[in-house]
Amino acid sequence: MLAFIIRRVLQSVLVMLVVALVSFSLFRFVGDPISSMVGQEASIADRAALRDALGLNDPFLIQFARFVGDAVQGNFGISYRLQQPVMELIMSRLPATLELALVSGIVAFIFGVGFGVYTALRRKGWASNTIMTVSLIGVSLPTFLIGVLLIWVFAVELQWLPSFGRGEVVSVGSWWRTGFLTHSGRLSLILPAITLGLYQMTLIMRLVRAEMLEVLRTDYIKFARARGLTNRAVHFGHALKNTMVPVITITGLQLGSIIAFAIITETVFQWPGVGALFINSVRFVDVPVMAAYLMLIALIFVVINLIVDLLYYAVDPRLRVDRAKTRH
Amino acid sequence: MSMTIRMKSLRLSLMAGVAAAAMAFAAVPTEAETLRWARVADALTLDPHSQNEGPTSTLLHHIYETLVSRATDGSLEPRLATEWYIHEDDPTIWVVKLREGVTFHNGNAFTADDVVFSLERVRHESSGFRALHSAVTGAEAIDDHTVHIQMSGPSPLYVQNLTNFFIMDSDWAAENDVEVPQNFAAGEENYAVRNTNGTGPYTLVERDPEVRTVLSLNEDHWGDTPQVTEIIYTPISEAATRVAALLSGEVDLVQDVPVQDIARLEQTDGVSVTTGPENRNIFFSYDMTSETLASANVDDNPFAKPEVREAMALAVDREAIRQVVMRGQSQPSAAPLPPFVNGWTEEMHEFSAPDIERASQLIRDAGYENGFSVDMHCPNDRYLNDEAICQAVVGMLGRIGMNVNLVSQTRSLHFPLIENWDTDFYLLGWGVPTFDSAYVFDFLVHTREGAYGSFNGSRYSNPDLDAKIEALATMTDLEERDALIAEIWDEVMEDRVFLNIHNQLLAYATRSGVNVEVHPENQPHMANVTFD
Amino acid sequence: MSDKTQIPAPRSWMFRAWDSDVAYSFRTSPVAIVAGAVSLLIILLAVLAPWIAPHNPYDPSSLNLMDGFTPPMEPNAFTGNVYWLGTDNQGRDIFSTLLYGARISLFVGFAAVLFAMVLGISAGLAAGYRGGWVDSLLMRVADVQLSFPSILIALLIFGVARGFIPPAYRETMAIWVLIVAIGLSDWVQYARVVRGATMVEKNKEYVQAARVIGAHPLKILVRHILPNVMGPVLVIATIGLALAIIAEATLSFLGVGVPPTQPSLGTLIRIGQQYLFSGEWWILLFPSLTLLALALAVNLLGDWLRDALNPRLR
Repeated sequence: MLAFIIRRVLQSVLVMLVVALVSFSLFRFVGDPISSMVGQEASIADRAALRDALGLNDPFLIQFARFVGDAVQGNFGISYRLQQPVMELIMSRLPATLELALVSGIVAFIFGVGFGVYTALRRKGWASNTIMTVSLIGVSLPTFLIGVLLIWVFAVELQWLPSFGRGEVVSVGSWWRTGFLTHSGRLSLILPAITLGLYQMTLIMRLVRAEMLEVLRTDYIKFARARGLTNRAVHFGHALKNTMVPVITITGLQLGSIIAFAIITETVFQWPGVGALFINSVRFVDVPVMAAYLMLIALIFVVINLIVDLLYYAVDPRLRVDRAKTRH
Repeated sequence: MSMTIRMKSLRLSLMAGVAAAAMAFAAVPTEAETLRWARVADALTLDPHSQNEGPTSTLLHHIYETLVSRATDGSLEPRLATEWYIHEDDPTIWVVKLREGVTFHNGNAFTADDVVFSLERVRHESSGFRALHSAVTGAEAIDDHTVHIQMSGPSPLYVQNLTNFFIMDSDWAAENDVEVPQNFAAGEENYAVRNTNGTGPYTLVERDPEVRTVLSLNEDHWGDTPQVTEIIYTPISEAATRVAALLSGEVDLVQDVPVQDIARLEQTDGVSVTTGPENRNIFFSYDMTSETLASANVDDNPFAKPEVREAMALAVDREAIRQVVMRGQSQPSAAPLPPFVNGWTEEMHEFSAPDIERASQLIRDAGYENGFSVDMHCPNDRYLNDEAICQAVVGMLGRIGMNVNLVSQTRSLHFPLIENWDTDFYLLGWGVPTFDSAYVFDFLVHTREGAYGSFNGSRYSNPDLDAKIEALATMTDLEERDALIAEIWDEVMEDRVFLNIHNQLLAYATRSGVNVEVHPENQPHMANVTFD
Repeated sequence: MSDKTQIPAPRSWMFRAWDSDVAYSFRTSPVAIVAGAVSLLIILLAVLAPWIAPHNPYDPSSLNLMDGFTPPMEPNAFTGNVYWLGTDNQGRDIFSTLLYGARISLFVGFAAVLFAMVLGISAGLAAGYRGGWVDSLLMRVADVQLSFPSILIALLIFGVARGFIPPAYRETMAIWVLIVAIGLSDWVQYARVVRGATMVEKNKEYVQAARVIGAHPLKILVRHILPNVMGPVLVIATIGLALAIIAEATLSFLGVGVPPTQPSLGTLIRIGQQYLFSGEWWILLFPSLTLLALALAVNLLGDWLRDALNPRLR
């Protein structure tokens, strides 16, 4: 057990290093930070001096080593753009993204499972067909367009919901600022959460439907029916329960894609999360923030993977690291 | 103990939150004194000498003050300085008389020492404004309210460089160890990035970068009391969202209105739009010096031939660009000089009507029977409809046999191409913060050497002209100087160094009843905003 | 068998296809028929764009800027020209631009799916058949890939490409870079499915037998194993096509994508989005509807295919 954990942790560290190396080597192609950092009057000599001061003239490997050395100590430097410590910036934006991801994840999960079960049980009904088709619209239009259309309908035309931002936030603890505790904060969450959750909802719904249909065919369910259990008990007690393991696994692993799509949702809704911070940093070539963001994403997925692996190991030692069966 | 405090602050902000939410969705406009102001980007820092960048300076003008400032008509207005003139006996000294009875937000008195200190700080190597003060060699406080600025030579126009030179309190800077602007190499945040102590009409209440900045009225300010007593500033980067926020009544003033939305907003009940010219010209330029072009399919340099440059000027239909791409929001002109700038003449807005036939003939005369192809570089997130302008010009040039391949990309990729001479043909926009033609010549026309020509992507090099441009810096006889400026312009236009398109117009949209004037530098001041 | 029975072989092949379960399921599913018809129509229009489209939007010199913002079916205020679906901000005929845009979007979609398929199937076969360290390595890479946001992967690949491709070729290469970027972020699904199926198949008697008689592993993979995994792969590919088309649109919103002079459906939507509040609704509406119709139809086809190929659901 211990050897397995150590091996997996070492693998994770290696993955982190690879992500760091790859992302770091790409920054030079994103653009030149200097031209964003100085005014148009700056002379070529001034620009060269700043480039020197930032260490951008050093060989790539030296820059990378310096970055890793600092990062290990939790120091990601100062943002070129906002001139604040990068860790502090990211930490101040993270709650917004996590709250948005959480709410849209929950919404997607509830509606996804609900619709999935319904469409599996009433496979031929017109309501099922409508749900299946309408849900596909959510994945047939780009996220940014859905967001803009929602703003147009609900903020501009109906004026029910805010068009941008997070509303009023309240500090909880030393650094977490939440929008859950205010009316405007909750209102502001609705449109971005729908925009972000639509895609995941469709995914979960289809997965639940497919799994349910599979399970309902199994002998196990036939036995349950034969034992005279009610439809309700069969469907929810037995069938749904059996579909939940892969569904939860997939939903958990989808966190990465929720965070990725958050980049777009946050940009459209001016949601002050890490995704919008990342996009603004790309535009400015704010290398320290970009590097830290990518490391954060890598860390999140490495941790999720690690937890999933360890859970599988704990549940079923036979599976070892092979969990392909449940991952499809 | 700390727990109770936290609880209390939580409850307080909860109440504030509910109140704000109620206000945001009330049908009646908010109390007249609060102004909710949105624009495309936030100030990058609150350090007054660090970033020489539009939104940063605009916000800082509310908290800090400059010696002189730019009025909406482009003229200089006294602010912390009441008088400024060149020393009677020494043309290399600027004398600045300071306003009396001014205090910083922390109560410290504003004196000549603060100006001397600020001038020192703005000239530090980590300052973004350094280049504007390169002719300064030192400053001296003669008395509490008089400063002598020593220049390296006669600098008759130096005062024009002071409109974004903010004055900081020397004692406060010493106390908080912010005597120099942010130094990235040091790896530590500068206290002045998030904390302020200016003399301006507003004080900083709350700052959450890229989310919300709240300013409130400084009761002790020396000037007239503005109508706006509280400013809530929110950046909204997406154009559609920004316009939506105004239409839904969530903001009162939108500074960066997309040109296509102006007509519709003007017709919308409860919304009004103000437009005015910006100090920024949009033009193309090209490598007219190299032997060959990297991206062309011919083995010489077509742009080096005067016929080709003339043909391009004849092919581009500036009026069509104004009407369609800019929706009427531009001033087509032939020279890259905004109308308020010294050296501008009426003739600069004159250009020959497009003549495709003659232009095609000129291309053939230049030896390109079958035309030629070349790449054009264009930013897609910097100027008003930049990419669409480039696209339109590509089509127009196509009609005279130029097969132009458009490369449009983000600003951080575009501008280094010009700085590094990696582009043959490019779009650039140029504002003239000093309101004098010399600024255009220094950066765009003079041969690239030293501090000169950093944006001269045309590789244009004319030693005779260089000498004249250098002479402009120290000429004290303004009449003679203006004549020389006209002479230089004649030659620049003769050589067709630029293919100018237009001067941009700015549009600010507000909730009806909010009055704001368009500022040529796009630096509106909320103290000048009035309510009906 | 006599010669007589061999002659009508093609016909019998068609009969067999017509009588097959999948075809039967198609004929009896109105959704599948409509979705199939819509997909086919859009694909045909896109392929035939150069012959159908009244204008060539890729020839900038043929455009008249003054034609810009012409509403559908109304004469332009300056030029008097009338366009079916109106024109965009450059005076491009929206109908023609749509056909050409669909062409680009479909090309990117198909090519990206093909790329992801080839990559994923190869990786899946190798991992499933060889097992051991090859399997571990490929699946670890897949893990990384699966959890790392696909948009970020695409953005990063765009960055790399920018570094390696000489400036002169960047615009012409943009579309290929897109294909690689979208394809690379999508291969894992194929790899997982193929790997699983391969592991099951390789232990079956007929494969063992082929091995014993000394057949080349590659031949075994292609002849025996591949046909058995094509069903699920086809389902993933159909859904993947819709996803790739949407991904291209999303990337264009983030500023990476095809040049605006040769717009895809996604680029057209990004441009049209700017006119949501300005009254020129047609610039956004028509490209959005086309994309919606295309993606919806392909998705519905994928849905139907998934059910039709799954014998347990019939």
